Amino acid sequence: MLAKRIIPCLDIKDSRTVKGVNFVDLVDAGDPVELARYYSKNGADELVFLDITATKEDRKTLAKLADKISENINIPFTVGGGIKTVEDVDILLRSGADKVSINSYAVKNPDFINELATNFGTQCVVVAIDAKYIDNDWFVYLVGGREKTDIRLFDWAKEVEKRGAGEILFTSMDHDGTKNGFACQALEKLSEIVNIPIIASGGAGKFEHFSEVFKSGNIDAALAASVFHFNEIGLKELKTELKNNNIPIRL
Amino acid sequence: MKIAIIDYGAGNTQSVKYALKRLGCKGVLTSDKEVISSSDRVIFPGVGHASSAMKKLESKGLDLLIPELKQPVLGICLGMQLMCNFSEEGNTNCLKIFDSNVKRFDNSFKVPQIGWNTVFDLKTSLFNSIIENEYMYLIHSYYVPLITDTVATSNYGINYSTAINKNNFTGVQFHPEKSGSKGELVLKNFINN
Repeated sequence: MLAKRIIPCLDIKDSRTVKGVNFVDLVDAGDPVELARYYSKNGADELVFLDITATKEDRKTLAKLADKISENINIPFTVGGGIKTVEDVDILLRSGADKVSINSYAVKNPDFINELATNFGTQCVVVAIDAKYIDNDWFVYLVGGREKTDIRLFDWAKEVEKRGAGEILFTSMDHDGTKNGFACQALEKLSEIVNIPIIASGGAGKFEHFSEVFKSGNIDAALAASVFHFNEIGLKELKTELKNNNIPIRL
Repeated sequence: MKIAIIDYGAGNTQSVKYALKRLGCKGVLTSDKEVISSSDRVIFPGVGHASSAMKKLESKGLDLLIPELKQPVLGICLGMQLMCNFSEEGNTNCLKIFDSNVKRFDNSFKVPQIGWNTVFDLKTSLFNSIIENEYMYLIHSYYVPLITDTVATSNYGINYSTAINKNNFTGVQFHPEKSGSKGELVLKNFINN
């Protein structure tokens, strides 16, 4: 049976992880490679690296980083942040990334999704969607949540699936950072209207939030950053707990 | 031990190379027929679209070479699928090493399948020291049905071949290079058996 995935997310700036981490046994907590190795050894099913500087020069640095990560870990990983060309994707996949994540640029240039799916297959195209609940509906936001659009979340989700996205990474901006749990209702609806895997993001604060999101809808993976980085939730303990709750989990 | 990783412009060759390095082996990325033919082991990776991958193999003459290889060959993911007769992906004629067609998952489950799934009914030494129902990492929309050459099974709505073997040819649908220490064990078994 296919297991639900737990995905730590690392924000990268100038080749360093930005949010602080709290592991005593890491020599250099800012080194993404070392952190990646730590997570892969402790049961992460997959890792996501988001480059938050994302200028053109950084693409090359990011490719080098992907290469180093690939050399050091034996689980799959996704790279995102500022990807705008087929060439960007080509170099990241060649460097060992399994999937790439695109966000704002896909909203502004939806054909880019088709282009990537044709060139590399749908399986490596993750479309990240940030959305906020306003006036009884969910609206898509761009540039890390700074720019509102009139695009409705569920319309956009259906469109990205049609265009060849292999997976959706949905972040609720209303829940992100609150540690009050994932946006289960929106996620449940999302899983009803599309037939591709969905990664839930935003709001993880305790064990129960993970079991809640996996039980509420057909959600395939849950992503979190700070709760893992600050060791508020241990990966191994989380996975054992979920397994005890009859959720299919790889231990 | 000379290990060739077939480099035909498709697939995640770098990860395979690094996985071998972690096992203390050196894999050579190559599309050179001489180098491939004279290697002790050949790994045939693949990620992407069947028809464009076949075109790339044809342009390098590798479509004729691969079925003739005599040493152990391991096809991974798309590499495994390309060793079959025909793929529904782009209605592509493939290498015809395994007498099976490659089908698309129907939409009763999410497509692509992405993540860690169990492998069971393990039949060959490729799975030495791997227990039944071990998790491996899979990412695919197309699959090889159960055939007489099936040597490991996974289930995604239906049971399908997660590994196949015939003479010196082996194919795995999962990614041993991305399946943690257990995946590395599969690679190690392939090299040592």
